[in-house]
Amino acid sequence: MQYMLLIYSDENDWTETQRSDCMQKSMLISAELTAQGKLISASPLHSVTTATSLRIKNGKRQVTDGPFAETTEQLGGYYIIDVNNLDEAIEIASSLPPAQKGTVEIRPIFELPEMQSAT
Amino acid sequence: MSASKDLSEQLTHLYKNHASKVLASLVRLLGDFDLAEEAMHEAFSVALDTWNKQGVPANPTAWLISTGRFKAIDNLRRSKRFGELEPDIQRLLTEIEEHNQTLSQQDIEDDQLRMIFTCCHPAIDPQIQIPLTLREVCGLSTEEIASAYLVSTSTMAQRIVRGKNKIQQAKIPFVIPDLQELPERLDAVLSVIYLVFSEGYSASTGNSLLRVDLSNEAIRLARLVLALRPDSEVMGLLALMLLHESRRKARTDENGNIILLQDQDKSLWLQSYIDEGRSLVQQALETRRVGAYTLQAAIAAVHAQSTDNTDWNQIISLYSVLLQVEPSPVIELNRAVAIAMRDGPQAGLDAIDNIEEKSELRGYHKLYSTQAEFFSRLGKTTEAAAAYKQALKLVKQSAEKRFLSEKLAELSPN
Repeated sequence: MQYMLLIYSDENDWTETQRSDCMQKSMLISAELTAQGKLISASPLHSVTTATSLRIKNGKRQVTDGPFAETTEQLGGYYIIDVNNLDEAIEIASSLPPAQKGTVEIRPIFELPEMQSAT
Repeated sequence: MSASKDLSEQLTHLYKNHASKVLASLVRLLGDFDLAEEAMHEAFSVALDTWNKQGVPANPTAWLISTGRFKAIDNLRRSKRFGELEPDIQRLLTEIEEHNQTLSQQDIEDDQLRMIFTCCHPAIDPQIQIPLTLREVCGLSTEEIASAYLVSTSTMAQRIVRGKNKIQQAKIPFVIPDLQELPERLDAVLSVIYLVFSEGYSASTGNSLLRVDLSNEAIRLARLVLALRPDSEVMGLLALMLLHESRRKARTDENGNIILLQDQDKSLWLQSYIDEGRSLVQQALETRRVGAYTLQAAIAAVHAQSTDNTDWNQIISLYSVLLQVEPSPVIELNRAVAIAMRDGPQAGLDAIDNIEEKSELRGYHKLYSTQAEFFSRLGKTTEAAAAYKQALKLVKQSAEKRFLSEKLAELSPN
């Protein structure tokens, strides 16, 4: 069962030291998850100030600066993991450093049948 | 004819008592709520036929689970949805077939506990945990739950489906949490049980008969959890509910009006519940791991001892310990009432003034009705009337409204 862990926190709430600590720990966690065969993919994201949003209205492309919605906590990174059930996903999410500062949203990944047969 | 009528009565009885056990085991074996429910209904209908001819088996629950299992295998095989069997389904079939055919009593009980923990999983909306538990663990019908919570059957059905979908799609595991997680998860289960009980006991709204059912279901659930996990707080919660429930008949008159503890007809108290509650409190206190439910039960046990000669000192000190375990302005308010009983109404008013987070009580009618009572006993009729009026603005339940209106009317002599 695959889950996406979406990591939200207030971008401005991090000092440089905290940020690099978090990166270090996250890399270790990623290495561990890879060794256990549980990691599909993971990455931090650049600041929300670099976000670009796109909509197509009446066939016309609208490109704007900024995220989909202005919120107090911003999406800062993600993990895609493959584990047995939600409790195991919660366990991994609890070990992520940003969980202490913000929110980790756990979403089960909808598996399309053709994606299944392709693997 | 009468034999078959007996049998169908027996089946109804069996359904009421065993359906949730059969369902829990089938959910574990099949890993799917819908398949399990379908299989369970078929197992009961096969039972009606077979038992009519061959008599009732020695262990009907195990028989029903085993039959449900084979029905599920049949259904999966015949199902058009899967066409030629997909590998997943093939694997499930093999697993089900290989699974030990005889289930021990322990397996069946553990499955029920798994069901409780699954329905009360923190990843499920608390608003949904309660109806889901009532439906899947207690076996109440969606109509019954809807009418107890005063929503339409379709709204309730949607909530239950949302809960089941969450379990299925987010893959909430059907397990008893491991030791590390157990205390926290048990807390969640106990709070669902207590909410079910309170909903049934406080009768804030709705059909009173169904409300009694809810309280009884909560007591039954707590007994079930206690049998499986003899934790001190489970004892405390069961004791608390039994001690409250023991006074159900005495706490209102035939018109549904409230009768205060000191005015209740003690002969209406259910002595067996009081005895059981008190012995559970004793057991829980002996474990030396005392939590909020046990302390509240201990307070209720002191009240159950006597009404003319209540040990207010003991009640006040129990409230003080409770406040350390669980700081809450409502508990402080209750403690103020106990202080007033011991030291007089002025001491009670002072205690209320000293409540730290008093602002949290501003929307709570009991803050004002309690103050009103103290003012009235001090002969301060004007203050008392103002406080009763404020309480009446906030109170929702009709019996309490009548009670407060009467109190207000008694203040003015004309």
